[in-house]
Amino acid sequence: MEVFLVSLLNGLVYGMLLFMLASGLTLIFSMMGVLNFAHASAFMLGAYFAYSISLIAGFWVALFVAPILCGLFGAAIERFGLRRVHRNGHVAELLFTFGLAMVIEKVVQMSWGLLPVPYRIPTGLDFPLFSVYGTQFPAYRAFMLLISALMFLVIWLALTRTRVGLVIQASLTHPEMARALGHDVPKMFTLVFASGMALAGLAGVIGGNYQTTSPSMAVTMGPIVFVVVVFGGLGSLLGCFIASLLMGLIQTFAVVLDYSAADLLALVGLTVTKSSPLGELLTMPLPRIGALLPYILLVLILWFRPRGLMGTRDT
Amino acid sequence: MKSIYRAALAAMVMMLSVAVTPASAQGTIKMAYTDPLSGAFAQVGDANLKMWSYLIDYINAKGGAAGRKFELVPFDNKSQPADALLALKSATDQNMPFIIQCSGSNIAAALIEAVDKHNARNPENRIIYINCGAVATELTNEKCSFWHFRFDLNVAQKAEVLARALPKNITKVYMINQDYLFGQSVQRDVKAFLKQVRPDVQIVGDELIPLGKIQDFSPYITKIKASGAQALLSGNWGPDINLLLKAGFDSGIDLRYYTFYAHLAGGPTTIGPAGDGKVYSVMPNSENLPPEKGLKDADEFIQGFHKANPGLKFDFSSVGFRTILEYLQEAINKTGSVDPTKIAFAMEGMKRKDLFNYDTMMRKDDHQIIMEYMVGQLSKGTKYDSEGTGLGWKVSAVIEGKDLMQPTTCIMRRPAK
Amino acid sequence: MTTRTDLRWVWVIALAVALALPWLFFDWNTNRHSGFVLTMISEIGLMIVFALSFNMQMGQAGLLSFGHAVLFGFGGYTTAHALNAIRSSGVWFPLELVPLIGGLGGLGFGIVIGYIATKQRATAFAMITMGLSELVGAAALMFMTFFGGESGITTDRVIDASLVGASYSAPWQVYYLIVFWVFVSVALMWLHTQTPLGKMANAQRDNFERTQFVGYDPQLIRFWQFVVSGFFAGIAGALYTIVYEIVTYDALAASKSANALLASYIGGVGGFFGPVLGATLVVLMQSGLSLLSNSWVLYIGVLFIVMVMYAPGGIVGILGEHAPIARIGRLHELIVPYVRILVPALITVFGFVLLVELTSFVTIGSSQGKQFKVGSLMIDAATAQPWMLAVASLVLGGLWLRWASHGFMRIWDGLIADAKTLEGAVQ
Repeated sequence: MEVFLVSLLNGLVYGMLLFMLASGLTLIFSMMGVLNFAHASAFMLGAYFAYSISLIAGFWVALFVAPILCGLFGAAIERFGLRRVHRNGHVAELLFTFGLAMVIEKVVQMSWGLLPVPYRIPTGLDFPLFSVYGTQFPAYRAFMLLISALMFLVIWLALTRTRVGLVIQASLTHPEMARALGHDVPKMFTLVFASGMALAGLAGVIGGNYQTTSPSMAVTMGPIVFVVVVFGGLGSLLGCFIASLLMGLIQTFAVVLDYSAADLLALVGLTVTKSSPLGELLTMPLPRIGALLPYILLVLILWFRPRGLMGTRDT
Repeated sequence: MKSIYRAALAAMVMMLSVAVTPASAQGTIKMAYTDPLSGAFAQVGDANLKMWSYLIDYINAKGGAAGRKFELVPFDNKSQPADALLALKSATDQNMPFIIQCSGSNIAAALIEAVDKHNARNPENRIIYINCGAVATELTNEKCSFWHFRFDLNVAQKAEVLARALPKNITKVYMINQDYLFGQSVQRDVKAFLKQVRPDVQIVGDELIPLGKIQDFSPYITKIKASGAQALLSGNWGPDINLLLKAGFDSGIDLRYYTFYAHLAGGPTTIGPAGDGKVYSVMPNSENLPPEKGLKDADEFIQGFHKANPGLKFDFSSVGFRTILEYLQEAINKTGSVDPTKIAFAMEGMKRKDLFNYDTMMRKDDHQIIMEYMVGQLSKGTKYDSEGTGLGWKVSAVIEGKDLMQPTTCIMRRPAK
Repeated sequence: MTTRTDLRWVWVIALAVALALPWLFFDWNTNRHSGFVLTMISEIGLMIVFALSFNMQMGQAGLLSFGHAVLFGFGGYTTAHALNAIRSSGVWFPLELVPLIGGLGGLGFGIVIGYIATKQRATAFAMITMGLSELVGAAALMFMTFFGGESGITTDRVIDASLVGASYSAPWQVYYLIVFWVFVSVALMWLHTQTPLGKMANAQRDNFERTQFVGYDPQLIRFWQFVVSGFFAGIAGALYTIVYEIVTYDALAASKSANALLASYIGGVGGFFGPVLGATLVVLMQSGLSLLSNSWVLYIGVLFIVMVMYAPGGIVGILGEHAPIARIGRLHELIVPYVRILVPALITVFGFVLLVELTSFVTIGSSQGKQFKVGSLMIDAATAQPWMLAVASLVLGGLWLRWASHGFMRIWDGLIADAKTLEGAVQ
């Protein structure tokens, strides 16, 4: 029971962090069709900006300023780069963001060095909030949950209660029609792209001191964010939310479930050892492949249900 | 606008044609050095270069060898074996007698075989492979080569250091390692040596994690807590150890962490003050070793590095490379030549005292160095702290070389003298 | 359209150059080939095959794959195991035919992976390949028997079995074997584009609904194109194993797949020969440039971005745009305009490179024992002059370039218009 509760809490925290990162990408991907490889780079930039700003002005200032910087950066990329590439097709846009990710990683290395930087949790939030069966639950994790929940609320309100939000919603599922109806699609693209990058930056501010802030952050988080977006489905933020939580919980619980395929087979009376054919594969316990489960799920869902969990359009 | 592209191309091609072979001074003993100098692991190669520079200046000031100075020629291998082999080709093209490599057992595996094949196929242009940090045990066992000399302890030996240094009051341990050859070796060897030297210790948990993929280690901490372990033993490196330690500190669990690589550059910074007194690491030396043992010369030597490189934050962890240069110097002076075959014969079986005054030996049977190793404990109040964190590596235990003479399965094939 | 004889000329010249290359770098003093150069051109050769096989999917079938290196790696591992088996069993199997084994390995795994991946197309296909690439990359480290873990699988190409009596212990012999297989593979891949499968792959790329109307199943086409491309990727992997005599997990990694993508795109995915140029350039940059600068990743990335933005057709695309002007015989009129923009362009690039190198030196490079040298000129990054020079070159050069390119575009547009009217008149 203890293990279950603690894992549940930790899985939720990790899932919400994934959601913060993936929500921006879902918006961008659904509306513009651009698979933004530079999204995880915005995550990394958010963490680094927050680190540098917090050295001068403290964490709370960084919490507001860093995402804005990422958003401005995103707007600049869209206006001067992506827009020009747009007429060459989706593949060209994807490749553009791919090259951009390479360049950003190198620039970060050149600016802040190759080693991780000591971006720490602010002392005001660095205390155990409560204990679950003797294991402490840090207040910072609760803070992370709070920020991500707030963020979800703000996005939902912005999309459903504002005019711009309604147009964006329409463009998420029917981009051509929105264009045909005369809305200023290019300006909205810039807005959505900048917002998406700002969200990723916010995730970086929060996540950078939870994990380590180093130049390889983008490469580690990047693939799993794509998995979440595709799994959740195009055009659906709710799908993205569910997928993020699901991935977070799966990865967390996989660690504590010490079973393997061989155990399953033993239930039906088949004994498998390391030396049996495919033995190495079948005796592999779940925790060892826990981090790979999202990719297996990705392949499965693209095979059987390419529009994802709650997608409104095919990927 | 196409012109920009064209010009970029032209500029690149120009730069390429300017110099494909690195220029270097004449008459020096050139040593090729290959490690990742770009990409994810660049900080290893980068830090090593700075340290090598200081050490080579030192050995050249002591007269070099056979009247010539040493020179290090770096080659970036980008963590790819193919690039390391390309570097080897470049080194042999320029008749360099040595190639040095420290980081990455996959690179080492490629180099050891390539050097062997090259030396067999080209007896007039041989090269010695100096291994300064690739720890895979089989490099001095099943895969051993006459041309390979390892100057760092291998995984099995480091595991024995860890097992021997475990305090008497710890009887329940949990093990977490990375799921690839190195991590699996750590797992196997630590278990074996614990059984041998500490049969009273109970291993209450034993896990393998996928390399570099886990972002959140809190579920593992939960399992550790449930198991009642007093200490966590781990060969993890990089983010896999940093995040593991963070998760441990955050949860408030009462645990001692015995690691192989918590001391690598960036480690103490990420661990932070929360790690005071809790984190141990197996290391060849620490800056606090000389003051604690009263070795004034070594102390000055190490601090000289920091004086020569003000503003550098990391520890002089590779000061032990000086031993490599001293072995090479002695071998070259003894044979009076830079012929790799002669030097290899001269170096095997050589004994020297290292700069910390401990006995070391380059074992003839497998070309594995036998040297002392220590376990450091990250604590406040040491004479020298790491990376400006206020915490330094205190000497917790020193295991001498004579206790680390493990048997080898190497069948050394020697060429004709 | 270039005529048949023109194309054949190109093949002959290319073959002659390839055969002669090692002797251009022969060291007459020590009577030795340059091992470094030989290995590098062998690498270029196998990357050409790899990039072309990638382009079979991307350029010809519209399938963007992020996991092409998986097929390459499987070809390599299969070859390594096969060579070890040949050695230990004593069976006579000439080294010249060993790449076929790698090809079959790539083919086999191509069938398995292709079956899963080609169920989808476009973005979904790309995502499946990304997921599979991550899975296989992680599996390569965990499963020892086939992949050999971190140290990989080592092998020895000197198996004393050859159709021409060569021992292949010398790098130049290996190089000529590579040249043989590269030419055979390129020829076969070119012939494939002329087959019904090759043509239908283009068709389903351009309009998959129409392809269905015409009576072909686009999914089957995708599948077979994938499998054939896997065969050639496997051959490239086999050549890799023969050159380096070791295969490790990085042969399967996402970064290797990215290399194929870069090479194809930079060369040009539209035609057939683009990836040949792209692969050459990328290998030269990665292996050659990295000797000079640690920021080579940045340069490749910037080059890639500039290309995606301004020249999506790649090098071949740019060359192709000159074709109409060449046909009306007025190509020489572009020489002076080109020089006029090349000068400011070089200045801008010089400024950019200097700025990058200075920054990199200050933050990372000063450690690397190297002094900041250009040729034999020592530069002190602590003073202001180099920085001012860099920024000035970049800014002023950029402005001059902008101004000069207007003039260039005027002349260019004029020539294109003339070419069009002339062609229109002829038709």
